[in-house]
Amino acid sequence: MTPPFDLEEAEKIVAGFSGVPGGLLPALHAVQAAFGHVPRAAIALLAKGFNITEAEAYGVASFYHDFKLEPPSGRRTLKLCRAEACQAVGADALAAHVKRRLGVDWGGTSADGEWTLEAVFCLGLCACGPSAMIGDEVHARLDNGAVERLL
Amino acid sequence: MKARLSRDAAALALGAERVADALREAAAARGIALDLTRTGSRGMVWLEPLLEVETSEGWRAFGPLSPEDVDAVFGGTSAKALGAIDEHPWLKSQTRLIFARCGIVDPLAVPPMEGLKRAREIGPVAVLEEVTKSGLRGRGGAGFPAGIKWKGCADAPGPVKYVVCNADEGDSGTFADRMLMEGDPFLLLEGMAIAGFASGAAKGYVYIRSEYPHAIATMRRAASAFADFDVEIRVGAGSYVCGEETALLESLEGRRGQVRAKPPLPVHQGLFGKPTIVNNVLTFASVPAVLEKGAAFYAGLGMGRSRGTMPVQLAGDVRYGGLYETAFGMTLGELVNDVGGGTLSRRPIRAVQVGGPLGAYFPPSLFDTPFDYEAFAARDGLLGHGGIVVFSDSVDMAAQARFAMEFCAVESCGKCTPCRIGAVRGQEVIDKILRGQNAEANLALLRDLCDTMKSGSLCALGGFVPYPVLSALNHFPEDFVR
Repeated sequence: MTPPFDLEEAEKIVAGFSGVPGGLLPALHAVQAAFGHVPRAAIALLAKGFNITEAEAYGVASFYHDFKLEPPSGRRTLKLCRAEACQAVGADALAAHVKRRLGVDWGGTSADGEWTLEAVFCLGLCACGPSAMIGDEVHARLDNGAVERLL
Repeated sequence: MKARLSRDAAALALGAERVADALREAAAARGIALDLTRTGSRGMVWLEPLLEVETSEGWRAFGPLSPEDVDAVFGGTSAKALGAIDEHPWLKSQTRLIFARCGIVDPLAVPPMEGLKRAREIGPVAVLEEVTKSGLRGRGGAGFPAGIKWKGCADAPGPVKYVVCNADEGDSGTFADRMLMEGDPFLLLEGMAIAGFASGAAKGYVYIRSEYPHAIATMRRAASAFADFDVEIRVGAGSYVCGEETALLESLEGRRGQVRAKPPLPVHQGLFGKPTIVNNVLTFASVPAVLEKGAAFYAGLGMGRSRGTMPVQLAGDVRYGGLYETAFGMTLGELVNDVGGGTLSRRPIRAVQVGGPLGAYFPPSLFDTPFDYEAFAARDGLLGHGGIVVFSDSVDMAAQARFAMEFCAVESCGKCTPCRIGAVRGQEVIDKILRGQNAEANLALLRDLCDTMKSGSLCALGGFVPYPVLSALNHFPEDFVR
């Protein structure tokens, strides 16, 4: 679990990047790594640190799929690849199984709060699909049984 | 005992870490001192995790291994023995320039950099000439001559210039950039250093997609150990369109990854408004061989205006999936059937998609197309980043066409209307066709929409999505009748 938002800590993170040319993305990554998401209070700090408006900072954070503006709802996130190479080896059927199993659609969180299911378009594991990622851990040649073991 | 085992992400995803643990345990139990090098991948993904062991007769390979197979490897009774891997026809028939060291060396051991050495001996002007004469073209997909781009940046006025490596490898079916960054990061850095030397740039950036945590970690460690050029590693944030060079520059500058109108070209006004060389990982990684072996050698490989080698990536429903580096000119059929061995499912091939989600679907009747930029363009396709995704007869081509539009809608940066609105309307029109709703009129509308997107979009995302859609429609019209 990631720690709750801490203004002082966030200020320190932002200060570390505000002098870096084009440092807003690295700063957003660092904020998210520290707090699990990018809270509105952090957006305000980032805007100040990079001398841009809050709307601009929010615009950048909300453009990218990776940055979460709300706290993550599941304890863990399963990113399942749904790109073409994985489709060719049954990713659609696998995704349907996982959705039924967790009782969610893409972006949803299982009722027990354990898993959030996200779609990802390609993990570069295209010769051994279907593939998935949990944190930084990668998994390949998945079928219903293998996903069951992961869950 | 000397041994090599890949720590490439594909090998890890297939259990290489558990095999490594089993190896250490088994060696300790037998009192054998194990000298295990964790390498990149040889590219034979169907054999991963692939173990290589040094014997008195040379290196011997075993794969694909599970932890349970390790005892038999030590006992000399392994059914997974593959013999001398360098003699394996799948490897032996390749021309490996970019991937010559990948899978063999420790990725973080600084290699001798003969290409960079020679570049410094002959000077920037001669380097630009060599790269131009080699015929090397951008490997990211557009195929623009690298030497001309580099010269454009070198000739641009101003003391501050940049070298930017596009490692935002978002195309499904491609993994060559990832494999190289994990298996031989210094080759990429050497190529970037040569580009900096030739153009007068003093700083480089590598923009890597966030979906590649292993490549990011390896590149960070390599860049900090690299003394010949100042390279900073930057991480994307899950946006496909940031693989487009101007969107990538926007993202590097800390903005939304929206494409810029061209001109001005990045070589004149690129990163932070300064002259910038933006090339793909494989383009930079091709350059050390061009310098080391000479432009004539490099230009001697390939066909037509496609010179040198291309790492072909065989993916999807394919028996021998992986990375196969070869000179341009092999036919699609040779690559898919002879090298790839047909489908993994053993069902007949119905279609292959070449060049990622924006590439065309080719039926087997076009398998005589040679792997060459112009030959693919002549058949309304594109090579892209060299990925081939194989589909069996279980594929629904109308669903693939719809997916192409859906993907474009999800990933559109929103800057231009044909892409932002067109992709959404495209899904709706395909849905109507599949419901049998005014099918004929809607098919005509879909073609018209594709025409608008192709000619009216700012970048290749909206501009190329008609390739998969129209190729599905033209080669597999029966799938659109419900």
